[in-house]
Amino acid sequence: MKQLFYIYCISLFGFLSYVQPQKTIEKSISDGKEIYQDFCVQCHLDNGKGVPGTFPPLAKSDYLQNNIEASIRGIKYGQRGKITVNGIDYDGIMSHQGLVDEEVADVMNYILNSWGNVTKGQISISQVAEVQKK
Amino acid sequence: MKKLRPLSFICYLIFLTSCAQYHGPEIQDEQSPKYITKTVIDGIDIPWGIDFISQNEMLVTEKSGILYKVSDGNKTEVSGLPEVYVRGQGGLLDVAIAPSFKTSKLIFFTASSTDGEGPGGHTALYSAQLKGDTLVNLKQLYKGEENSKKGQHWGSRIAFDNNGFIYFSIGDRGNREVNPQDITRDGGKIYRLNLDGSIPTDNPFYNEKGSKKAIYSFGHRNPQGMLKHPETGAIWVHEHGPRGGDEINIIGAGKNYGWPKITFGINYSGTPITNDRDLPGLEQPFYYWVPSIAPSGMAFSTSENYPKWKNNLLVGSLKFEYLELLVIKNNKVRERHKVLEGIGRIRDVKQGPDGLIYIGVEGKGILKIIPKPPMN
Repeated sequence: MKQLFYIYCISLFGFLSYVQPQKTIEKSISDGKEIYQDFCVQCHLDNGKGVPGTFPPLAKSDYLQNNIEASIRGIKYGQRGKITVNGIDYDGIMSHQGLVDEEVADVMNYILNSWGNVTKGQISISQVAEVQKK
Repeated sequence: MKKLRPLSFICYLIFLTSCAQYHGPEIQDEQSPKYITKTVIDGIDIPWGIDFISQNEMLVTEKSGILYKVSDGNKTEVSGLPEVYVRGQGGLLDVAIAPSFKTSKLIFFTASSTDGEGPGGHTALYSAQLKGDTLVNLKQLYKGEENSKKGQHWGSRIAFDNNGFIYFSIGDRGNREVNPQDITRDGGKIYRLNLDGSIPTDNPFYNEKGSKKAIYSFGHRNPQGMLKHPETGAIWVHEHGPRGGDEINIIGAGKNYGWPKITFGINYSGTPITNDRDLPGLEQPFYYWVPSIAPSGMAFSTSENYPKWKNNLLVGSLKFEYLELLVIKNNKVRERHKVLEGIGRIRDVKQGPDGLIYIGVEGKGILKIIPKPPMN
């Protein structure tokens, strides 16, 4: 009986590590903040407001809210070309930062839930993994 | 009289603070642009480093890990690069043509590398020979140790002095409390090597036990501008400060430039780093910028092409998207002027063999600056 219990435990552990339970949203946001402070803050600034006309804002950004997939793609592969954010045009380059999918998910969760931004649900690693280069 | 007192006190305070903050001339706006630009090569997103092989040929690094040979308006990818770790501000960084290139075909470059132990990467200096469009005899001459997954502060610029040494920079790798003040660790340093990668025995910390013997100076944050002064032969370096406090330093052996014990800047969040602006034993900068311009690349103009620029310094500004002219007289910055305002984020600035100034601009490529012919 004891042996059966061990087998049960081991297989449960194996199953859990296979499905990789998602981080909590709180953990993802706090990991994302660290990524933000390292990779993003120089241009988008600590308050997420960016520099009008040069670096688009993330705080209360209509582009971000309405283009989740394109925003993930921009972080994952880099972004260039004209976009309009809160009525102002931006035509710069954001070079790809070399972040792995988990880091992209974390920083997305951070920016989607900071500076007054509120987002339902959570960006998952698999959601980032699915976004392909255009 | 009583009512006047607070007012005069405020005036006194303004007087005091304005004096304390005066450290050089205000930047002046560009007056009726006297220069036009001509595209030398386009289609390079982040032209990080530029150097000239000859009048008509140059090497250009693209940060994402491509080395281009540019000649007569065409670019060819050079093969044979090592693996480049693109992470945050890291990637393929500076390139420098050896003074002996005509006979040796030797080039040097810096890049982020995952070599060595631990996750992440650090800045490495390489040499190779350029044969046609291929690098051969690739050698890693130096590699910063203790890899880090941080995306910040890899440096890196390269310069040669008049005595046969090569200098290069590595930034503090986003670990300012640990790296820049510790000479047993890499990061936050200017390094000096012989051209074959060996360490000169008269390096300042060569005999210091446990030290990184290649270190020439320390206490740097993130130097992304370096050159040999055309007259004195001294190595000039500029570095990104935090918010405020970008610096120009003239590098001396074994000197400590103070980061983060002293700085004129504050954290990006607005919180202070230190109240100290100077401390005994720490070098003061030749010049510092408040607010930060985010300097990248620099060159002295020595030709007759731009009379007002002669023997003055040109520095690219990533942040304000102009070229800054610093007029230097009697070893002091006397005037500052915006040039080509709105041109874009300038990554590198070089004087070509023709005496014209070339700039690498993000999203544009390489441009050369041509004086406008006088109006008749």
